[in-house]
Order: sequence, then C-alpha cells, then structure tokens
Amino acid sequence: MTTESNPVPSAAASSSASATKKSDPPMLTGSGAILAALEKLGITDVFGLPGGAIMPFYDELMSSTAIRHILVRHEQGAGHAAEGYAAASGRLGVCIATSGPGATNLVTAIADAHMDSVPLLAITGQVFSTSMGTDAFQEVDITGITMPITKHSFLVTKPEDVPGVIAAAVHIATSGRPGPVLVDVTKDAQQKSAPFIWPPKIDLPGYRPVTKAHGKQIQAAAQLIVESRKPVLYVGGGVVRSGAHKELLAFAEKTGAPVVTTLMARGAFPDSHRQNLGMPGMHGTVPSVLALQESDLLVAIGSRFDDRVTGKVSEFAPGAKVIHIDIDPAEIGKIRHADVPIVGDAREVLLDLLPAFEAAAAETAPDIVDWWKRLETLRTQYPLGYVDDPDDGLLAPQAVIEAIGKISGPEAVYAAGVGQHQMWAAQFIKYERPGAWLNSGGAGTMGYAVPAAMGAKVAQPERLVWAIDGDGCFQMTNQELATCTINNIPIKVAIINNSSLGMVRQWQTLFYDGRHSFTDLETGSMRAGEETRMIPDFVKMADSYGALGIRVTKPEEVEPAIRLAIETNDRPVVIDFIVSRDAMVWPMVPQGVGNSSVQYARDHAPDWYEE
Amino acid sequence: MTYHVLSLLVEDKPGLLTRVAGLFARRGFNIRSLAVGTTEVEGLSRITVVVEVEGLPLEQITKQLNKLINVLKIVELDPSSSVQREHMLIKVRVDNTTRSQILEAANLFRARVVDVATDSLVIEVTGDTAKVEALLRVLEPYGIKEIAQSGLLAIGRGSKSISERVLKN
Repeated sequence: MTTESNPVPSAAASSSASATKKSDPPMLTGSGAILAALEKLGITDVFGLPGGAIMPFYDELMSSTAIRHILVRHEQGAGHAAEGYAAASGRLGVCIATSGPGATNLVTAIADAHMDSVPLLAITGQVFSTSMGTDAFQEVDITGITMPITKHSFLVTKPEDVPGVIAAAVHIATSGRPGPVLVDVTKDAQQKSAPFIWPPKIDLPGYRPVTKAHGKQIQAAAQLIVESRKPVLYVGGGVVRSGAHKELLAFAEKTGAPVVTTLMARGAFPDSHRQNLGMPGMHGTVPSVLALQESDLLVAIGSRFDDRVTGKVSEFAPGAKVIHIDIDPAEIGKIRHADVPIVGDAREVLLDLLPAFEAAAAETAPDIVDWWKRLETLRTQYPLGYVDDPDDGLLAPQAVIEAIGKISGPEAVYAAGVGQHQMWAAQFIKYERPGAWLNSGGAGTMGYAVPAAMGAKVAQPERLVWAIDGDGCFQMTNQELATCTINNIPIKVAIINNSSLGMVRQWQTLFYDGRHSFTDLETGSMRAGEETRMIPDFVKMADSYGALGIRVTKPEEVEPAIRLAIETNDRPVVIDFIVSRDAMVWPMVPQGVGNSSVQYARDHAPDWYEE
Repeated sequence: MTYHVLSLLVEDKPGLLTRVAGLFARRGFNIRSLAVGTTEVEGLSRITVVVEVEGLPLEQITKQLNKLINVLKIVELDPSSSVQREHMLIKVRVDNTTRSQILEAANLFRARVVDVATDSLVIEVTGDTAKVEALLRVLEPYGIKEIAQSGLLAIGRGSKSISERVLKN
C-alpha cells in the first residue's frame, strides 16, 4: 500500500459522529458505530446487499451522506467490486453482506483477495449472539470459514467493541502485506448502544509488519548486483501494492538490468521501456522466460516464485543466486532459497538499494553487455505473435484484445476474467502504469472481470474501464450489469466469445488427445457465417440489462465497435466478439516441466541455447 | 522423524486454537502433541506444540505462525536448554502375582499409583518423553488397558521468560 492510500479521515466524513466535540462520547448503536467508524476512516464507497442479520446497519447506512452504497445483485459481485476498487485505486475496498449465504457468497472474493494481497474489508451480519451455535436461520460460522483465507477475521458480539475492531481491521487490511479482513457483527451487537469512542485504541501486540530493511542485507544485495553478469529484476505484484513503481523505474534504469513483470505486476514497469522483457511464466514471453532460466542473479521484488512462474521448481533458474525482497517474511525461502533475504516494503527497500548500488558500482563496475546481446537476440527472434486469420474465418481473439488496448490507451483500466482471454490481455495490451491491469492472478477466479471493472469505475469514474471477459466467465457474474446500469457505472465489457471454456479446451487439445470434454458453451459460432444457437444471446442480454449490446463478427467491425463503446457513456456497453475457438495461448511451458521447455508455438521448441 | 518443540505465546482470543491448528493442517505440518494453558500474564496463553518436520523447514512453520495476528511470540525449545515434561495416566491390568512387580516398577520410575482396584491400577507418571515411553515398555507385558496422555510441556532453563520481551515492547 502506498502511504497516501491509507484511509485518511476527511472533513466531510463525520456526519453521524459529530457530537465528539463534547467531552462525553456519543451513545451509538453498534450499527451506528460501524457507520461512524467507516466514515471516520475516510471510506466513501461500499458494495453490498442487505439481509436479515445486517438490517440494523443498513438502516443506518441509508442516512449516510459520506458513504455511497452500491447495491449489487450477488454478494460475490460485491466482493470482486471491492477488490477492483482497491486494485485500481490503492484504497481499501469494502463489501457488506448478511449472515449465512450472504456471507458465504463473499467467500470466493475473499479468497481471491487473500491470494492477490488486495486490501479488503468484508463486513457481515451474524445472527443474535444468543442464537449462535444453535443452527439458527441463516447462521454460518463465517469467521471460522474465512480463517484460512483472510489476514484476520473478527467476531463482534458487543457494541462497545465495534470502533476498535473496525479500526484494527482496516489497519490490518491496509498495512504490511495487504489482504482481506472480515468483521462479523451479531445482530444484537448492531442493535445495542455503547459510547462511541474515537479514535479507539488499537491493541495488536502480535502485529508489527517490518517495512524498513536491514542495512547489512542492502549492502550484500548491492554487492551481488554489481558482481552479476546476468541479472534479472523479477518484479511481482508487491511493487504495485507498495506503490514502488517510480522507485523501481529509477533503480532499474540505474542498474540497466532487464526487468520481467509477472501477471500481477503488469504495469509496475512500463511495457514501452527498453529494459522490459515482458511477462515470465507459463505463458510468458520467450525472452522473459529464458532470461530467468539463464540468469545468474534474480532480484525478486514483491514476487513469490509462484508455480505458474517457476514451472518445475528444481529446474527453475538453475544458475541464479537470489535476492528476495518481500514485506512478508514467510514468502522468503518458501519456494526458493534466498541468498540475500530482505524483509521490507518494496518501495522503502528500493529507495535504500539505489544508493547502495551506486556506491558498490563505483568500486566494481557492472558488466552486462553480453547479457543484453543475448537477450536482444531472443527478443528479435521470438517476439509475441499470433495467427490473425484463423482457418474458421472467425476473428483472432488476440487481434481484438490488441485493438482494445491500442485504441483505449494506457490510461484506461483493464479487468480480465480467467483463462485464455486473460493471458492474451496480459500479453497484447501494453501497460504503462500500475493499476491499469486488474485480474485474478493467484486464485484464478472466473467471473472476476465484470464486478471488478465495476468497482474500478466507481473508484476512478474519470477513467475508461474495460472488462475483458470470456463467454464462460461472463456467465458467472454478469448480473452486475444491472448494478452498473442502475447506478450509472458505464463500464465496457468485451466478451471474447469462443463459445467454450477456452483454456480448458486448449489443454484438452494439447494434453488430452483433443477430447473436448464438457467445454462447449454454445454461446457463439463454430465457423464464419454458420448459424449456430447462442445460449444466451449476449446482445439481447445486454439489451435486457439496459446496456448497449454490439455483436462483432468481422475484422472491419472491430475498431468501430470499440470506438462506439468508448463514446457511449450513458449506459454500460457489451461487445460480443465472436472469435475463433481454435486460437491458443502461446508461448507455453507445459505443466510439470522446467521452463527451458518453453514452446514458442505448438510443437515448436527450438534449441534455445544455440547461439 | 525429526521433532521440534515450539512454544507459542498467544493472545487468549476465541478461535485461537482453531487458527493455529488449522494453519498446521493447511500447510501440511504434522502436530505430534499439543498443550494449551494460561500463563503468568492475564489474557495470554501458551501453546506448546511438538511438530514433525520432514522435508519442510521449521522456519516456514514459524514464519507462517508469526503471521497469525494473535500469536505474539514463538520460540523453539531445544532439549538441552529447556525442561520438557509429559504427563501420563496408565491403567494397567494386575492380579495378586503381578501387583507387587508393577508397584516396584512404578517406584523405580517415581510414578505414583492414583487408583487401585482388584484387577487394575492407575499409575501417574511425569517425565520427559523417553522416561514415559520406558515405563510404558515395562508395563506393557502386564496388559495396558487404557492410557491418557497430556501434550508435552516445556519451559526454557534459566531466568529469562518468554513473555518478557513481548511485554516490554
């Protein structure tokens, strides 16, 4: 989290607790205290859906002028919207649900936020404390359910505990390695009254995130970097969360080292920058994958050696020493031994590392000229590419996504679902700034795109926000189009419609003898001009949600449709791009093998090490 | 199999044990024994956990435990610098010919007889793991009917206490 992203109490944010000027703290109900605490913490937007156990809070929320509540159509939508809000803006995302199924519907989004370190506050209603443990109507143990997928979860049964818990929850969610925190409040705690004491004392003796790195480790890292002949800056999502992109740019330019940006870090370093080799991993660029493999020093910054990056760990970057910078000590050494472990906030560490590098470089001049020659060769020989005229006569999905990126530009926000379209969006849209690219990286949650785009648009209404979605993903959360239309949140949805669960289909084609088991969704076309049923018809669906629906089947229609979508801001837009189902994501490292086995295209894995 | 004894100083909050036990299960760490109790400081509990370490570095366990908000401190207690005790109640079959032999064995182990019946005795023993296991081996031929065993308890030798530095901060 950047320092400026921490919620700061705003002048307008004290309506329901303005009585604090008096010496006696005002008496508030627990639900009033939740609202007052959120207002004091500077929260301006929340996403949720009411139900029995959260009704006292919703009754308070109705009269708030400081907080805009957006009524979603499904709690999962509220969760992902809060995630998108947070990921785009760096501010805390807040979602609200009732007890039981309301709360469990948040679970996917909470797990998603946990995997991708998204600052998220989930507030749920709980049955009366006197009914807890009796299998009461709509009772589930949501603090228990979410224990493994939250940074922390709280159960509040007394109104006097509300201010302290909300403040602690926000502190935990937004500091250190950010993540989701759940606060479950019983209905009686919402109804009963207690003095509202603000600011409350936050007592978390077991929570002290380290942000400033050890000086000795910084020196050791600097020394390794100047001695390295083949360094790579392996940049992860931590750089985005920390707001360390400027410091990274300065550090990268000073060292001259190549940079790879993981799926979570797209935009943390400009794609237009000469030193950026692109994304590493299963569907990474050849130069990026091989740079890591051949490197003698990985400088991992806010990255966690995810299996989708490393491939077979024992064969990953076999000749490399590792400097691992992370704010979470548990990430260091979890997958790969770190020769120089540095626990700290990416931004602060990079600020310290830059002068240390300069000092070390004055003694030992780094020499990475040959390294760059090798990388430039790879870059020239193996650029990202695709077949732009598929045999079936349908659109090339990569071309559609590339066009959206080119026309919309780097200031837009792009939220993707999960699957082939996600990978293409990571590959073929050029990201120049952090927060431009939102996706579900760790959890791989289909259905993330539409609600996340909605959340991003609420956080940054001035930005053009795209949901790049698949026909499978879109059918999981498209109910939020209603939310968008009604609340005037004009997002653009590009459905990359290949009428199938494309990534699963690709694996079936490659690894299961082409047996396409249950991956046909029947939402699009098999072949250009062929009449096939479309269940559902996304254009009609858009229409029924009050959105503008456009169907695109021909290359010449792509750009006009994108432009029409960008110009249409009185309602959401859904473009149904009917694309080829045979398009595949390349390059690819098959699962379970070393990254040196990266295939540039199908059955095309040259001997990379021939010079 | 390698075992490590970890002592956790934790805030006494609802669900704390679930958080700790769940973390062990989720991350694939096996618990051999677990003992929970209050401490000299109000509101703080102490968990002594004996963890099996195979393949996974102990460091990863302690780092993950440290991420739990209610965990204040973790120390590994090495057998050489700590006192480690288990407590066991053993119900052993007896008859007129074996009773005196069993009582003698109990005496040798400084165990106490806490219940006497015509055909059984309950023996209480306290000691380190090796001692408790040795007594069990001695009693086994007579027929052990039932065992109740506590988790291992451990405390560092010397004047330092686990809660000292935590409370100072």
